[in-house]
Amino acid sequence: MNDRWLLILGANSDIAVGTAHQFASNNWNLMLASRNLSNLNKMASDIKIKHNVRVKTFEFDAAAFDNHKTFYQKLTYKPNGVVLAFGYLGDQETAQNDFEEAKKSLDVNYNGAVSILEIVADDFTERGEGFIAGISSVAGERGRQENYIYGSAKAGFTAYLSGLRQRLFKKNIHVLTIKPGFVKTKMTFGRDLPNILTASPEQVGKAIYKGVIKQKNVIYVYPVWRLIMLVIRLIPEPIFKRLDL
Amino acid sequence: MKTSGWGRYPVIDSEVVRYNSDDSLFENIDGRNPVIPYGFGRSYGDSALSDTILKMRPAKRMLHFDPENGLLTCEAGVLLSEILETFLPRGWFLKVTPGTKYITIGGAIASDVHGKNHHQYGAFSEYVSEFSLMMPNGSIKACSRTKNKDLFYATCGGMGLTGIILKATISLQSVQSNTIVQQTIKTACLKEIFQAFEEYYNEPYSVAWIDCTATGSSLGRGLLNVGHFKEDHKFEYKAPGKLNMPLKLPGFLLNKWSIKLFNQLYYQKNLKSENRSETTVDSFFYPLDILKNWNRLYGEEGPLQYQFVLPKKTSFDGIKEVLNYLQKKNMYSSLGVLKLFGKENKNLLSFPMEGYTLALDFKVDDKIFQILDDLDKIISGLGGRIYLAKDARMSVEIFNTGYSKAKEFRSIRDQYGMNKIFNSLQSNRLNL
Ligand SMILES: Cc1cc2nc3c(=O)[nH]c(=O)nc-3n(C[C@H](O)[C@H](O)[C@H](O)COP(=O)(O)OP(=O)(O)OC[C@H]3O[C@@H](n4cnc5c(N)ncnc54)[C@H](O)[C@@H]3O)c2cc1C
Repeated sequence: MNDRWLLILGANSDIAVGTAHQFASNNWNLMLASRNLSNLNKMASDIKIKHNVRVKTFEFDAAAFDNHKTFYQKLTYKPNGVVLAFGYLGDQETAQNDFEEAKKSLDVNYNGAVSILEIVADDFTERGEGFIAGISSVAGERGRQENYIYGSAKAGFTAYLSGLRQRLFKKNIHVLTIKPGFVKTKMTFGRDLPNILTASPEQVGKAIYKGVIKQKNVIYVYPVWRLIMLVIRLIPEPIFKRLDL
Repeated sequence: MKTSGWGRYPVIDSEVVRYNSDDSLFENIDGRNPVIPYGFGRSYGDSALSDTILKMRPAKRMLHFDPENGLLTCEAGVLLSEILETFLPRGWFLKVTPGTKYITIGGAIASDVHGKNHHQYGAFSEYVSEFSLMMPNGSIKACSRTKNKDLFYATCGGMGLTGIILKATISLQSVQSNTIVQQTIKTACLKEIFQAFEEYYNEPYSVAWIDCTATGSSLGRGLLNVGHFKEDHKFEYKAPGKLNMPLKLPGFLLNKWSIKLFNQLYYQKNLKSENRSETTVDSFFYPLDILKNWNRLYGEEGPLQYQFVLPKKTSFDGIKEVLNYLQKKNMYSSLGVLKLFGKENKNLLSFPMEGYTLALDFKVDDKIFQILDDLDKIISGLGGRIYLAKDARMSVEIFNTGYSKAKEFRSIRDQYGMNKIFNSLQSNRLNL
């Protein structure tokens, strides 16, 4: 029972923390990977103490593509599932004026994801088991002036996950896409988010766990987001471009 | 953002900074003055209120547990309820716990809280072996009874005024059950209740409820509740669900007559003079936690809590005088909680001293402040003091008389420059 390992990439994000506790409380052991190892180690102790599971930590940088292969090879255990939780919101205006900032967003949100998940997908295919859960964003469903650089990278990631899902389905490997909508996190602290649309990281964690168990394809944490995004997608371009949305 | 303590008085507008990581913490508060750490907002008064409040709750990770000796190291924002959920199923419990489990470790240390076992165990800080404190310049110091001990004794009970507690090591006690064996002793007057406290001194947990509406020869009658852990090695633990108090009840529901009626019924309900039963940890230690937002019972403002302690030799006469005075003024506390404290510790501003402590609950109205000022004088005159965690109004004179080491506390604040950044409404009022 106690020999399943979940690998969380970008484990320091609030959503990752919520997800980690959810899986650990269901007896999953964890491999946590992220850039800030000292913070990660605190999180690891917390999970170990509270849930009595095994937790390992690894340094991982989504944008350091060259290291991805060795990172994966050096993992202590082969994961039975992977949650990809890293992402970079950045600042749209800066990204418009400074390609380095735009590139960072593309590298973390898209290139980094493709780079590591292809390695995972190969391993899972070979072993004939596993699941992949990727955290994308509702921002990827239509480009908006407010955040289209981030949004376009997430759009790419969403499309990538859907292709990967089709490919891996044949191998019995499940791919889940999560679009959380607004979440109360340190990233959004101080922003005035509408309460009824805003989930907590714990809720997102639970939704991901359920989505994995039930083998869902695409989930929104609050179902109402599906409707909201449908409406936003249906607005004709000639009108959309005039909106301040 | 509008903020207040649990007593909902006063309400002020504060800027909120949230703990993010040890590394970014200082950067986020540097240059701000005043700023005060904020735990879970369960203190009643103005001790956690300031122009800028630093919310420590996100620092909520447990960092190390040693099952050999029950030593737990955790961040300051961890709640006592989280410690319970994690450790009671494994046979560990807090050494000292106040009447609510929704407080943080940082808040517990800063108020040096007491529980029902103070007469035997002392206050919370006595089970803290070490903590890390962020100083006014951003440096982090390890403090214990041997390392930086001036900071240790100033910070335990120091109401957030000496710096930010980041993490602490506390010891848990091993218990043999999740069940409490309790006994209720019915007493007819204050004298009897004092005698009962002495008689049941060996029970680890004790607390009395007194009927503040009883007069004459029944003055101070009440129920003493004592208990200890059972030894049946059953540990399953499930925290009870919470009932919400969604609306603010109109304050007039809580008037002199309803308080009288409630107190009489409560007193009568225990027919036998002694009563034994078994109960859960939650209902024994945290009866009020079942009602989320129960503070709304008191209407728009309040509850105003008033807790004082008197030295043992003046306790009996002093409490009698307080009860008589309230009756003369026609002021009824809806709740009177009486406890026996053991020896006082070495902390500079800790509340407990050996003697009896009484906590009273009032609705805020225009008469109450004058009456409490009068009570302050009585208590001060008898060598007692008022609890800072429940205070939003006492004067600096009353404070200085009650807390004999206040001077030393001020000079430490001065020496380390703590008063240049860590200030609360309370510290300004008390000139700390
Ligand atoms: C129902 C109820 C029952 C209670 N029963 C008891 C009881 O039996 N015994 C008792 O002693 N108290 C009791 N209290 C009071 C309560 O235990 C204290 O007020 C406690 O300090 C609240 O902790 P908090 O985490 O909510 O802190 P807050 O109320 O947010 O803050 C309290 C103080 O701690 C400081 N502080 C908080 N975090 C830190 C930190 N990380 N570093 C430095 N300073 C910090 C704040 O600056 C402030 O001065 C009770 C309160 C309630 C609501």
